[in-house]
Amino acid sequence: MPTTLSPRERTRRARTGAGSRSAPVPLLAPALVGILFLVLPLVGLLLRAPWADAWTSLRGSAAGEALRLSLWTSTVATVISLLVGVPLAWLLARTVFPGQRLVRALVTLPLVLPPVVGGVALLMAFGRSGFIGQHLDRWFGVTLPFTPAAVVIAETFVAMPFLVVTVEGALRAADRGFEEAAETLGAGRMTVFRRVTLPLIGPSLAAGAVLCWARALGEFGATITFAGSFPGRTQTMPIAVYYALEADPDAAILLSLVLLLVSVAVLLALRDRWLRAGSAA
Amino acid sequence: MIDGLVVDARVVRGAFTLDARLRAAPGEVVAVLGPNGAGKSTLLSAVAGLTPVSAGRILLDGQVLDDAGSGAFLDAAHRPVGVVFQGLRLFPHLSVLDNVAFAPRARGAGRARSRAVAHDWISRLGLVELADRRPGALSGGQAQRVALARALAGDPAVLLLDEPLSALDARTRLDVQGELKRHLSGFAGPSLVVTHDPVEALVLADRLVVVEHGRVVQEGTPAHVARRPATEYVARLIGLNLYPGTADGDEVRLDGGGTLVVPQHGEHGPVLVALRPSAIVVSPHRPDASSARNTWPATVAGLTMLADRVRLDLVGAPSALVDVTPAAVAELGIVAGGQVWLSAKATEIEVYQPSAPTAGPQP
Repeated sequence: MPTTLSPRERTRRARTGAGSRSAPVPLLAPALVGILFLVLPLVGLLLRAPWADAWTSLRGSAAGEALRLSLWTSTVATVISLLVGVPLAWLLARTVFPGQRLVRALVTLPLVLPPVVGGVALLMAFGRSGFIGQHLDRWFGVTLPFTPAAVVIAETFVAMPFLVVTVEGALRAADRGFEEAAETLGAGRMTVFRRVTLPLIGPSLAAGAVLCWARALGEFGATITFAGSFPGRTQTMPIAVYYALEADPDAAILLSLVLLLVSVAVLLALRDRWLRAGSAA
Repeated sequence: MIDGLVVDARVVRGAFTLDARLRAAPGEVVAVLGPNGAGKSTLLSAVAGLTPVSAGRILLDGQVLDDAGSGAFLDAAHRPVGVVFQGLRLFPHLSVLDNVAFAPRARGAGRARSRAVAHDWISRLGLVELADRRPGALSGGQAQRVALARALAGDPAVLLLDEPLSALDARTRLDVQGELKRHLSGFAGPSLVVTHDPVEALVLADRLVVVEHGRVVQEGTPAHVARRPATEYVARLIGLNLYPGTADGDEVRLDGGGTLVVPQHGEHGPVLVALRPSAIVVSPHRPDASSARNTWPATVAGLTMLADRVRLDLVGAPSALVDVTPAAVAELGIVAGGQVWLSAKATEIEVYQPSAPTAGPQP
């Protein structure tokens, strides 16, 4: 039985070569539920925000300190992840060694491990009585837990796998032909890596770093377990939000909005990668 | 010491084995011709040092590049070899100038010195105004010149080119082909050009090496290979009919069926018989009186339009490709499935001994 097609719909189908745009109800209804579920909480945040005295509320709380701490610790965590994670990704992507699959599984474990468990594990290793921590304490007088350094360590532990996974994928997908060409032009392995491999995976490297930084910024479980929550010292933004919720809900909402803003900025930075449907990474 | 490039090696890459034996003298351009998957690129890869040989060795001006016997191996970065890759592989993140400066820079020259060398090469290849462009903003012909400049800027002793013109459209190809020939003849060392295009090989090379199924099947000047192809593949490439057979006096019994009367040649035993498609005459009926010594019936299996002729694919004893004019097709009423008579003068037939296939190295 023929239906009607509006001129506009005809043009659209002719141009895109696509079929009908209307979705069957059994697919459409759950999809709408999904959208509402993901968007409504954010709307709630915006509705409840005490816009009028936002500024004084933010300044009055420990927000400034927490934000500063969060920004510099997650940046340091990202730099460490780059320095260590990129060579690690190269090792996983470009070499073959015994136990490689096990190593890959272990270093990506923090992706799925509950962060609190990561925090406990860090305490067992680097805590005062941990198997590494006790030596640090005895030989160098260094105590890591509940210091800003512990914040950096917890964030790096949780966030670095994001960088490793992204960069390893990019290295595997990269055309090895360019590296061969560089070799025939007289470049040693390190020169090939520095002048050809790294620039070619540049976009993925940047995306991995942004992803890693965002994950470090939002880190909660491992940080509070391993570094505690001392305002100005180890209390990062997410932890500050958590505590403010009891004492000063308005401040908690505003702090959340600040983090939301940062997240939106991250998403915009990655938009070419993820928001363009079906595009190759 | 033998000057130039000497390859006498077996290269195994995955499930593929190549037995290669070839020489290229200084200044000589050798085309390695063969169908896809014959092992041409594997050969270049071995000479460039990207794939080690499994047996035998590769020498350059008497210096060992790779020797499976002694284990000596000079890695790719240290070989005096310039490669123009299939698909060119220009670094997309570097400008034309920096692409060309890559080799001098990687071999230890300073930044300024490398750029000076690169500038010299890009001006020789007429690329100066493109120096700051990225490879993505170049036309096919320009990119090809940049790739050649990049390979030459490393001051190589051997030049390897893998399907250098395959990425170009038909028009550009002719221009670049002439230009490439000029640069290759100006190059002091040996050059290997890998191609599956017979015209490219005939135009560029001083000598052809035909590779099939991982081995060298024929070697010689372009004229020699074109007149006396050693295999069905080469014959097809240059558009000749080729029949293996057994010679006895002025007759050759063909392995595929049929007998041809040939000029006196003094050959006995196994021979190859080559016959040009234009040397065969097609008639609708059996010719009664003809000076042609060979006459046989055939069935038309197919017709293909070429530039100014129609190529007939004829099945008989022997089968043959024959070129006729479009007018002849109409006048003689040639249709697929129809019967025709073929005739060929004995003097048009080339008879020669099959060349012994080049042996690979002893493992």
